Amino acid sequence: MSFISYLINGLSLGSVYAIIALGYTMVYGIAKMLNFAHGDVIMIGAYVAFIGMSQAGVSPVIAVAAAIIVCTLLGIVIERVAYKPLRNASSSLAVLITAIGVSYLLQNTALLVFGANTQTFPSVVSWGGITLADGAMNISGVTIVTIVVCLVIMAVLITFVQKSKPGQAMRAVSEDKGAAQLMGINVNATIALTFAIGSALAAVAGVLLCSAYPSLTPYTGAMPGIKAFVAAVFGGIGSIPGAFIGGLLLGVIEILGRAYTMSQLADALVFAVLIIVLLVKPTGLLGKKIQEKV
Amino acid sequence: MALLEVKNLGISFGGLRAVNSFEISIEKEELYGLIGPNGAGKTTVFNLLTGVYQPDAGKIILDGTDITGRKTTEINRAGIARTFQNIRLFKQMSVLDNVKVGLHNKHPYSTIEGILRLPGYRKVEREMDEQAMELLKVFDLEKYAQTTASNLPYGQQRRLEIARAMATEPKLLLLDEPAAGMNPNETGELMDMIRFVREKFHVTVLLIEHDMKLVSGICERLTVLNFGEVLCQGATSDVLNDPQVITAYLGE
Amino acid sequence: MSEMQKKMSRNTKSNLITYGMVAAAFLIMQSLISMDRISYLVEGLMVPVCVYVIMAVSLNLVVGVLGELSLGHAGFMCVGAFTSAFFSKCMSDVITVAPLRFFLALLIGIASAAVFGLLIGIPVLRLKGDYLAIVTLAFGEIIKNLVNVLFIGKDSDGFHFSTEGAMSLNLKDDGMVILSGPQGITGTPRDSSFFVGFILIMVALFIVTNLINSRDGRAIMSIRDNRIAAESVGINVTKYKLMAFTISAAMAGAAGVLYSHNLSTLIATTNNFGYNQSIMILVFVVLGGIGNIRGSVIAAVVLTLLPEMLRGLSNYRMLIYAIVLIVMMLFNWAPKAIEWRERHFSFLKKKKEAVR
Repeated sequence: MSFISYLINGLSLGSVYAIIALGYTMVYGIAKMLNFAHGDVIMIGAYVAFIGMSQAGVSPVIAVAAAIIVCTLLGIVIERVAYKPLRNASSSLAVLITAIGVSYLLQNTALLVFGANTQTFPSVVSWGGITLADGAMNISGVTIVTIVVCLVIMAVLITFVQKSKPGQAMRAVSEDKGAAQLMGINVNATIALTFAIGSALAAVAGVLLCSAYPSLTPYTGAMPGIKAFVAAVFGGIGSIPGAFIGGLLLGVIEILGRAYTMSQLADALVFAVLIIVLLVKPTGLLGKKIQEKV
Repeated sequence: MALLEVKNLGISFGGLRAVNSFEISIEKEELYGLIGPNGAGKTTVFNLLTGVYQPDAGKIILDGTDITGRKTTEINRAGIARTFQNIRLFKQMSVLDNVKVGLHNKHPYSTIEGILRLPGYRKVEREMDEQAMELLKVFDLEKYAQTTASNLPYGQQRRLEIARAMATEPKLLLLDEPAAGMNPNETGELMDMIRFVREKFHVTVLLIEHDMKLVSGICERLTVLNFGEVLCQGATSDVLNDPQVITAYLGE
Repeated sequence: MSEMQKKMSRNTKSNLITYGMVAAAFLIMQSLISMDRISYLVEGLMVPVCVYVIMAVSLNLVVGVLGELSLGHAGFMCVGAFTSAFFSKCMSDVITVAPLRFFLALLIGIASAAVFGLLIGIPVLRLKGDYLAIVTLAFGEIIKNLVNVLFIGKDSDGFHFSTEGAMSLNLKDDGMVILSGPQGITGTPRDSSFFVGFILIMVALFIVTNLINSRDGRAIMSIRDNRIAAESVGINVTKYKLMAFTISAAMAGAAGVLYSHNLSTLIATTNNFGYNQSIMILVFVVLGGIGNIRGSVIAAVVLTLLPEMLRGLSNYRMLIYAIVLIVMMLFNWAPKAIEWRERHFSFLKKKKEAVR
């Protein structure tokens, strides 16, 4: 029985990773950059929802909506101010180092504004969940809601990218920026939209993550952010279904690793997965191979 | 025996046959041209010859040695050096150092000698400096020796690429559109330089070029590539008058 | 010929300025300390300053000279710190001559960090850019995590290992726990000193600057500037990437030895051997100028001393670093900023070229 409940917890954590990984994978696919600050946007989203619920006393729905709005704007501003000027820089290290700077900026701003104390995040899901096998196994409401939300987001996003005009523009830009521009696609707007969507998803992920693991500090987003990047690489960077599969697998590996090996080594295990994937199949499970142009 | 013998060379990219049964035979110290319309696969041939891409069919024999499937680095050591269509210099390094990187394998000393500045370091560095300056003189670049490569004017950048390639003492020099972006004056100088380099260093030259003045001016033989396949091969004047070639260039 | 000699002397002169600057700073600080004109707080910072200078110089070899971003540099420092502290604690009764013991510890720390660098470099350096950055980060975290679960003790039967806890080492009465998981290593002899730190900085500078101006250094820089062109002139890219990475790791190991022999208790946390530390070192490198060795030295000294001297600022320290990092990158690399600089400050260009 415990194995099954570990598995379900793993899928739930994996769903959060998948939602975060979507942000990474879409941004990487389009802007060809690793947005190091993505994890910290999650933390900002969680703090906004936390303040809404604990201090302003609004309902969870409004708190989540506020978090989504704040994160979306934050994502657009970060892209515009810090990343866009470096889009055609001669060194690809430049934007990566800048992203690390943005990550630190968000963490330390949060530290000054919200303090270093660990806050207890009130769950946005009040439903107690379901009990199976005569009480031997309990699946919490948060767990179920997280998995369901992740499935819904996946379905909506895939439809959006495949069917809608802006979605097709996103695909075009990720294939070839120059050609997309010639076809009359507004590349800047498309990249901004991608950051907006990724950051909105980060807000959702932040709320779900903190509902399941309620301690909130300015560093809450950093580690899940990096792990979600691992998930994105695992599934194949640039691929939306890849982020989903990579996220779920990584969540399950982490929870099972924590349960059956030493819990201190769970993070090391996740990183070991990354290293193995990159060495064996650098394009990930569903990624495409890109040939360098000479 | 020919210096370069290529048999049945081919490669596909995702279902597209970029180069198909490409054959060429170049004699020692020949000046050979590879021409064809845009997208015909000329640069792909260069990338195959230098190991940037691995061919899925065919054989490349350089001076009697089979070099098919070898890596770029090994192929350079076997005797092929090249330039690039979109110039690839070591931008942040000086012009002199660009050439000295080319001299790297022919003038060795150990890492320890380098760090401790032992006599071996001083002696070999002096040799390298002299040889690099000599090459820069050939390409009329000696006054730029200490300039950062990215600050060179365009035409000089192209010449520096050739100088760097020549520093590796190749048997075969591949030039990918050496005259691209040059004015007629510069192109004329370049033609003289290519001829001079061939005489002085006894090197064989295979070049890709669109400038017909340059091609007809210095190439002894030509191969025309169209849609990844050899359309026509032979002496320059014969090839340029071939009706098939004219059609390929001017369109239907 | 005259051109080449000019260049030679220019490089030598630039290196001599760097050495002279470090030596002068050391002499001034040392005499101030001996005259008791400096607070204990600042005196206590001298060894850490040396540690960070070595870290910054060695990271610059990877970031500025090889052109790859390593985010696991503190991991190599961790390896050097723990292996050498382990050795010194084991040998504290056997080798009583402190300088000899420290010298051997130094060799062990450097060698183990170099081996780790080599082992990690072989798979990792096949990757490029963002991937390389994230995998080095992963390795750094793995090293830190492993140290935190490892328990090692010694008794008359030899060494005992465990991952459970100090009790499960089953040591005899004469045994002692050397490495105690999250509690780390306590009781390392304090063999580090400001003087040792100064010597190590000079050696690190000597190695890096001479390497850059040698055949191998040119090969490494050619890979940074254009990998495909480097291969086309016969440069063995893997070999030179590994060389730069391993030398850099070895130097970080030396910094770790200096660090661990300055503390009686050595534990591995995020702030000393984790991701945060790696980023901190990166800030030094970026602020000092990517590829500019002397800049790294200055930035490491200033950014270590300044926040400690201005205690009031400590809350804003990391925030300021973050802003500095972003602004520096935008100013130095954004095409628009470069264009603007060239338009308004072209007269500075000559000066800039002379620095290396």
